[in-house]
Amino acid sequence: MSEASQGKPKVQTEQPRTAPPRDMFGGRPIGGLGVPTQKAKNFKGTTARLLGYLRPHHAALAVVILAGAIGTVFSVLGPKLLGKATTKVFEGFVAKARGVPGAAVDFHYVGRILLGLIALYIIGNAFQYLMQYLMATIAQRTVYAMRKEVEAKFDRLPLKFFDRRTRGEVMSRAVNDLDSISGTLQQNLTQLLTSLLTIIGVIVMMLTISWMLTLISVLTLPLSIVIVARIAKRSQKFFMKQQMALGALNGHVAEMYGGHTIVTAFGHQQKSVATFETLNENYYDGAWRAQFVSGIIWPTMMFVGNLGYVFVAVIGGVLVTRGSIPIGDVQAFIAYNRQFSMPISQLSGIANMIQLTVVSAERVFELLDEPEETPDSDSATVIARPRGAVQLDDVSFRYKEAEPLIEHMSLEIAPGRMIAIVGPTGAGKTTLVNLLMRFYDVDSGAIRVDGVDIRQLKRGALRRMFGMVLQDTWLFSGTIRENIAYGRDHASAEAIVHAAKAAQADHFIRTLPDNYDTPINEEASNLSQGQKQLLTIARAFLADPAILILDEATSSVDTRTEILIQQAMGQLMHGRTTFVIAHRLSTIRNADAILMMEHGRIVEQGTHQELLAAKGPYAALYHSQFAGRAAQSVSLAT
Amino acid sequence: MLKLFRLLAPYRGYIAIVLVLALAQSLGFLLLPRLMSDIVDKGIVRGDQRAIFRIGGLMLLMSIAATFCAILSSYYASKVATGFGRILRGTIFARVEHFSIHQFDRFGSASLVTRTTNDTTQVQQMLTMMLTMVITAPMMATGGVILALSQDTQLAWVLIAVMPVMALVFGVILRGAVPLSQAMQEKIDRLNLIIGEGLSGVRVIRAFDRGARQGERFDRANLDLTNTAIALNRLMAFLMPALIVMLNLTSLAIIWVGSHRIDAGQMQVGAMIASLQYAMQILFAVFMVTAMFVMLPRAAASAARINEVLEVSPEVVDPAGPAERPRAARRGHVEFQNVTFQYPGAEEPALSGVSFTAHPGEMTAIVGGTGSGKSTLAGLIPRFYDANHGRVLVDGVDVREMTQADLRGRIGFVPQKAVLFTGTVAANIRYGRENASDEEIRHAATVAQAIEFVDAMPETFASPISQGGINLSGGQKQRLSIARAIVRKPDVYVFDDSFSALDFATDARLRAALREETGNATVFVVAQRISTVINADRIIVLDNGRVAGVGTHAELLENNEIYREIVASQVSLEEVA
Repeated sequence: MSEASQGKPKVQTEQPRTAPPRDMFGGRPIGGLGVPTQKAKNFKGTTARLLGYLRPHHAALAVVILAGAIGTVFSVLGPKLLGKATTKVFEGFVAKARGVPGAAVDFHYVGRILLGLIALYIIGNAFQYLMQYLMATIAQRTVYAMRKEVEAKFDRLPLKFFDRRTRGEVMSRAVNDLDSISGTLQQNLTQLLTSLLTIIGVIVMMLTISWMLTLISVLTLPLSIVIVARIAKRSQKFFMKQQMALGALNGHVAEMYGGHTIVTAFGHQQKSVATFETLNENYYDGAWRAQFVSGIIWPTMMFVGNLGYVFVAVIGGVLVTRGSIPIGDVQAFIAYNRQFSMPISQLSGIANMIQLTVVSAERVFELLDEPEETPDSDSATVIARPRGAVQLDDVSFRYKEAEPLIEHMSLEIAPGRMIAIVGPTGAGKTTLVNLLMRFYDVDSGAIRVDGVDIRQLKRGALRRMFGMVLQDTWLFSGTIRENIAYGRDHASAEAIVHAAKAAQADHFIRTLPDNYDTPINEEASNLSQGQKQLLTIARAFLADPAILILDEATSSVDTRTEILIQQAMGQLMHGRTTFVIAHRLSTIRNADAILMMEHGRIVEQGTHQELLAAKGPYAALYHSQFAGRAAQSVSLAT
Repeated sequence: MLKLFRLLAPYRGYIAIVLVLALAQSLGFLLLPRLMSDIVDKGIVRGDQRAIFRIGGLMLLMSIAATFCAILSSYYASKVATGFGRILRGTIFARVEHFSIHQFDRFGSASLVTRTTNDTTQVQQMLTMMLTMVITAPMMATGGVILALSQDTQLAWVLIAVMPVMALVFGVILRGAVPLSQAMQEKIDRLNLIIGEGLSGVRVIRAFDRGARQGERFDRANLDLTNTAIALNRLMAFLMPALIVMLNLTSLAIIWVGSHRIDAGQMQVGAMIASLQYAMQILFAVFMVTAMFVMLPRAAASAARINEVLEVSPEVVDPAGPAERPRAARRGHVEFQNVTFQYPGAEEPALSGVSFTAHPGEMTAIVGGTGSGKSTLAGLIPRFYDANHGRVLVDGVDVREMTQADLRGRIGFVPQKAVLFTGTVAANIRYGRENASDEEIRHAATVAQAIEFVDAMPETFASPISQGGINLSGGQKQRLSIARAIVRKPDVYVFDDSFSALDFATDARLRAALREETGNATVFVVAQRISTVINADRIIVLDNGRVAGVGTHAELLENNEIYREIVASQVSLEEVA
């Protein structure tokens, strides 16, 4: 493997929930028919709450409904009027054919109707357009507000929330679910409105023509509903199978690609391909069935529609010959029949989509209802000039009720002192960071900074007193400059360069194509691990905190960079209270106090000499590891 | 995309069937208005009810036949489209599995996953649309025009005139919409990036008290996306009303022209009514084709990404006539003869002129700074890629002259980043050798210092490992990945900096146990720390891809400047800080 590729992103194991695909028309596989449904836990409540988000737009919504109603009325009137024109033409034609003297098509009348229709169509569709146009703003603004609320919520959730969930799980709610809501607001609400109105309008218009023909049309309705429901039910089964097979297939792909080096090194390519073929076959088997069955829905509904068409043509024809209705009405009726079957097939799809959306909304609301961090109390203060005295007073803490971690721990640290944390890394260092920076609150006892209980401090102010440089560097997409400046508001260009120099980062930054303005890409793969660490040190320098939390571990960094990092850290520690997750003998020996941790728990504390004398776990560790290394360093040096 | 459709070859017959069925179906639907006009002209005008029923019956049969064709065509279309997806996915996957390591890294695993899964699905959906909706469109359009022409030439001209106007209007809308929808996709990605960063960096954001700033960043992206989405949806809002207005105005034109023709006695009333319906059918067909053009850019982008993968042919291939495996008594002899390797597109070779020989029972260490070519050298042994110049010989045979299976069967490779697969602990170790017995697996775990934590797991060796091994610590994963190499009983071990996640005590125990286990094998260790390599039989010092020195620790300390520098830097590490 090339060394340059070591910073490659991890395989994304998070599998987003598969939402039905949307194209620009919002046209899901025939309006979402046949897609598996999920059941909402509280359909009514969630729907009401979701609709509540539309409240700020009530005026625009009223216009949307009005425009939709007008547009629908106009579109429903059209065929009837057009039929009148046809009738007139027909009458003229028939009269002429019968040789009635002077008989001709009444073009004056026909022309007037046609002109009226032009106005009708244009105005009616203008209203339809207005409706969609306004809905675009309403839908997107609503989702905008919801997204914003979710983001704001993230900021108020305790870290506990994030530690217990995978990133994919949270992302899926913040992204996919909101996307689904957005689509439904944009497309389905107006569809629902116009579909319902159209059905009512068309039935009324049909009744004005002939009750008998109406009956035929309406009777085809249950027929198509039954057929669609049966097919949809079957197709759901296949879709479910297809989804599961797809999940297995994608899982295999992600895993094999993630471990490509190993698959190659151990010569398992053939086997992996064979497994893939089995899964692929399995998926194919479910997929074509699902697609076929859902593909039947459309022709079947066409058939039902055509059935109505034929009946209307035949019976309408008979009625015309008997003179009970004019021919134009038959033509109008054919058009109504079509107008009628469209929204009905749409409605079942819309119902399905709305159900899915309510499930999504429910998931988003669950997130919004998560308990938040207790807000800062009104009396919360700020330490203006922190000195960095830290006191742990009889602190106890555990993540899980049954697993004690820190029990009755007391520690007094004067400003500028250094505390070394020793022992196999793991939950230990995170726990300490969590408590000191108040990501988690202690169960009992208190942590004080400069004599003030940290719970009496504003969270933001407390955290600003700390700087942290962890092995797990976090940089965001932006330039190098922006990333360093993350430590302080409105940092001047000089201050940034100064911090970079202090962190020994200036040199490498200047070798980059755009110096300080070099963008850091998504996975920060254009920087080495060591360079990233130097940047986080520069960030801490610029922030100029009173208290530091440092992780000395510098694995996968070459030794020359490692020296730079250590020199920078040494500089940074100067004059600050420092908690070091220590890996080096020199650091440990010089520490004012050592916390010995095992399995994430503090088992011993004291100075180097005290702990050696105690002959406890620290002494054992020291003799097994550090003493040997110390001897080795000496022998290497000679 | 057309290139990919070559994979459809096995389905040629099915596609022909789909085409024929689609044609039949379109004809059926098109003939309905024609029969309707007969009802008017032969039935209503003449007052002949029997004719009406007769023609009505014909219509019924026609629509049954058309529906039957449609269902049958949907059956074959489903098989073709999903079958195509299966072939495409299989082709990509098999190809990628045989990529060399750096061919693979050129794309990155996340990107390849997307190309194998989502992108194929995109193209497959496109094919489904084409087979079910789009192919009927030109048939409907031409058929409709022909039938309209047969009814009345002048009326048909109205239809022919409207079609380009409609295509033009859609074209104009889409020209605005397609870039907007692309921009929207980018903005969605951007927003997701910010959300993702906010989640993974939640500690840092709070530590620096930058929640408000993150909120602002998010809000900017959110607003940006919202505005684009509004613009796009407003534009798209125009599409449907525009279509309907055009349809309706066409109807009016037909009636106006038609009524004059009828008045002049040149046309029947039924023909006019039929023409009205042809207009509907034709214009809906045009609409469908336009709809496809909306989908097209996305599918085309997916197809392009897939083609990028398929255009890369595996560079590491088995020879036509692999060399016989020599029957040496002790195997595992590895020799580099003046090996130079350069990554494609790189300015400088990653390795140049490297020569050395390693014998069974020896440990060869490779040291050097970041980017000095250590891992590249290690990767040349199992032939993850091929040298540009020079040769790599295993047991006296050029690695390019044996099969990859044969070569890699002799090598136990432990990567820097431990990779485990979903399955049990035992299955993961057994990955090293399929027919390993339970005792052998236990033994391998013991040597790798994994036995203690494996036995502590609820189901010991049968304990499941979740995807990516997230239920294990880094050190535990590394030890299992070492056990996997041990159980293989290879002639050659390659440890690519694979002890980094272990604490010192475990590291020392593991090394001692390994020395015993790997007694007769040839061992390569890539290392950062001098303490790891101090006992090696041979240390190769790399500097910028060149061998700066070869020798034992004592020799190198004596005569190698670079080695001394590395040693000095590590000793001084204890002193600074």
